[in-house]
Amino acid sequence: MNIAVCIKQVPGTTKVKIDPQTNTLVRQGIENIINPLDTYAVEEAVRLRERYGGEVIVLTMGPPQADAVLREAISHGADKAVLLCDAAFAGADTLATSYTLARAIARLDNIDLSICGRQTLDGDTGQVAPEISEVLGLPFISYVSKVEEISNGRLRVQRLVEEGYETVEAPLPAVISVVKEINTPRLPSLRGLSRSKSAVIPVWTAADIGADKSLVGLSGSATRVVKIFFPKRESHGEKLSGTLECQVDSLLERLRTAKSI
Amino acid sequence: LEYFLTEQQKTIKSLARKIAEEKILPVRAELDEKEEFPRAILKNMADADMFRIFIPEKYDGLGGGCLDLCLVVEELSRVCSGVSVCFAASSLGTYSLIEFGSDELKQKYLPAIASGQKLAAFALTEASAGSDVSGVRTTAEKVKGGYLLNGTKQFITNGGEADMYTVIALTDKARGPRGASAFLVDKGTPGFTFGKKEKKLGIRASATTELVFRNCLVPASNMIGREGVGYVMVMKLLDRSRPGVGAQALGVAQGALEAAVDYTRTRIQFGHPLIAIQTVQQMLADMAIKVEAARLLVYSTARTIDAGVKNFTEESAMAKVFASDTAMQVTTDALQVCGGAGYMKDYPIEKMFRDAKITQIYEGSNQVLRDVIAFELRKRRGKRG
Repeated sequence: MNIAVCIKQVPGTTKVKIDPQTNTLVRQGIENIINPLDTYAVEEAVRLRERYGGEVIVLTMGPPQADAVLREAISHGADKAVLLCDAAFAGADTLATSYTLARAIARLDNIDLSICGRQTLDGDTGQVAPEISEVLGLPFISYVSKVEEISNGRLRVQRLVEEGYETVEAPLPAVISVVKEINTPRLPSLRGLSRSKSAVIPVWTAADIGADKSLVGLSGSATRVVKIFFPKRESHGEKLSGTLECQVDSLLERLRTAKSI
Repeated sequence: LEYFLTEQQKTIKSLARKIAEEKILPVRAELDEKEEFPRAILKNMADADMFRIFIPEKYDGLGGGCLDLCLVVEELSRVCSGVSVCFAASSLGTYSLIEFGSDELKQKYLPAIASGQKLAAFALTEASAGSDVSGVRTTAEKVKGGYLLNGTKQFITNGGEADMYTVIALTDKARGPRGASAFLVDKGTPGFTFGKKEKKLGIRASATTELVFRNCLVPASNMIGREGVGYVMVMKLLDRSRPGVGAQALGVAQGALEAAVDYTRTRIQFGHPLIAIQTVQQMLADMAIKVEAARLLVYSTARTIDAGVKNFTEESAMAKVFASDTAMQVTTDALQVCGGAGYMKDYPIEKMFRDAKITQIYEGSNQVLRDVIAFELRKRRGKRG
């Protein structure tokens, strides 16, 4: 049971600042962390390895300093890591990112299951996991809250839906995205920390993963960020006055006009 | 102060702090109130390899020394010494085995201690034997197939919760303490049961019980070291473990100091924060001086031990006495500067105040240890090389 986990380094805050000139994140002065939802993906992979054996390989696409989150994942129990780093990858949207990650998973060869966090703290799209499965032509299950069983090359999971959960099966290999209800990530271990310091993390470029250059980075992106802005929240509160009966009548009339009742 | 910790020691310290703040802090008041044994936290600690620190590498441990262990105990105690003592008692229960046990016995037990699968305890104290070790009455009679243990141990930390117990019993009653030997007894051995669980002033998350032995047959292979060396082993063990109690006291004192500074910064009286009042500043400064001095003594003693110095009885007693007296003074003053709030259970200081007291009592009361220091002082005529 070999598992690939796709993680991302994100700014350690939800109060992101956008450079109005370039429409990109202002990264100065902000500590980078592992995307919080990805920690559940790493933990689940480590638990599955403890149950079924195999290896956990963590992948991230990012600048050289993204190496830090890979080492963090190793300290929490992952076996190996690969950094996807190439100037050609820069400016990727979710489509180009998914293509790149999918190529790396394909290059790893014997991956039975790929796990992603539900979404990232910064981009917040939740698109990468399903897009990876699309590129690889594999089944995809989102919002996984429990991995029930893996046997005979099949995976059975629970996935969260609005009012409860569904039990879903899929053949392996497959791609899943997990929600935070799935587990409580463990703390790093001393052995893990010592492994994470000495681990040699290979860096793969576009050529290493046999990627089509027109499909990665900015050139492979189907979307462009034209403008980023904080939506203006306007509330139209209105205070009714008069006697209680008056207020009730007035409210009923408004609701009828709005065809709400 | 710069303590020149190694990279590994810094890692150990910061990971222990992370465990303390993320796992212990949210539940410490509840564990204390309910006198609940911190199973889940010990599991977290095992997963983080904390129990490997004091086990030799050969037996799946990390081969750390006394200072490494002290760093963990200090950090845990800074948040809750009730939890830290469950951890420290396991190392106490393991140390004789590491130092004097047969390779076969070590192979059987140490890897399971290292992984956190098994918890250990140490059993010396009896109704008739506390500071006076010669009062031990529990006997181990040599019979076919091993030794038959009879007697009752009291106030045993991790009692009922630990899976293996290092028990001191007399193999030769006539020789008194010189006839004492150490045995490893598994929980569940026929004839071995647990008496009442004590209700305590402090360190209430830890379990303290009686161990009752009634014709409990222990295989001869479970004897640690040779027959009759039990007393010497215990003395060596306690010399080595006392800096750990010092670290526990140090952690409690550090936690109380931080809580006192936090509170006095925000509490407004007479139009300004308490910390702006000179009397309070003097008290806080004295607390800080004592805490740092205790740290210096505990770390230096631990380093002395790790350096392989042969006799450290005096230093180890000093570290324990000074740090535990500091913990009592600092928690008392921390409570005082916090006034009524410090006395209430909504604030952590009253718990620290209760938790501090035991450090002046166990593993050699501070009075007995002052005797020990004075004895060594007479031997060396007060001189220092």
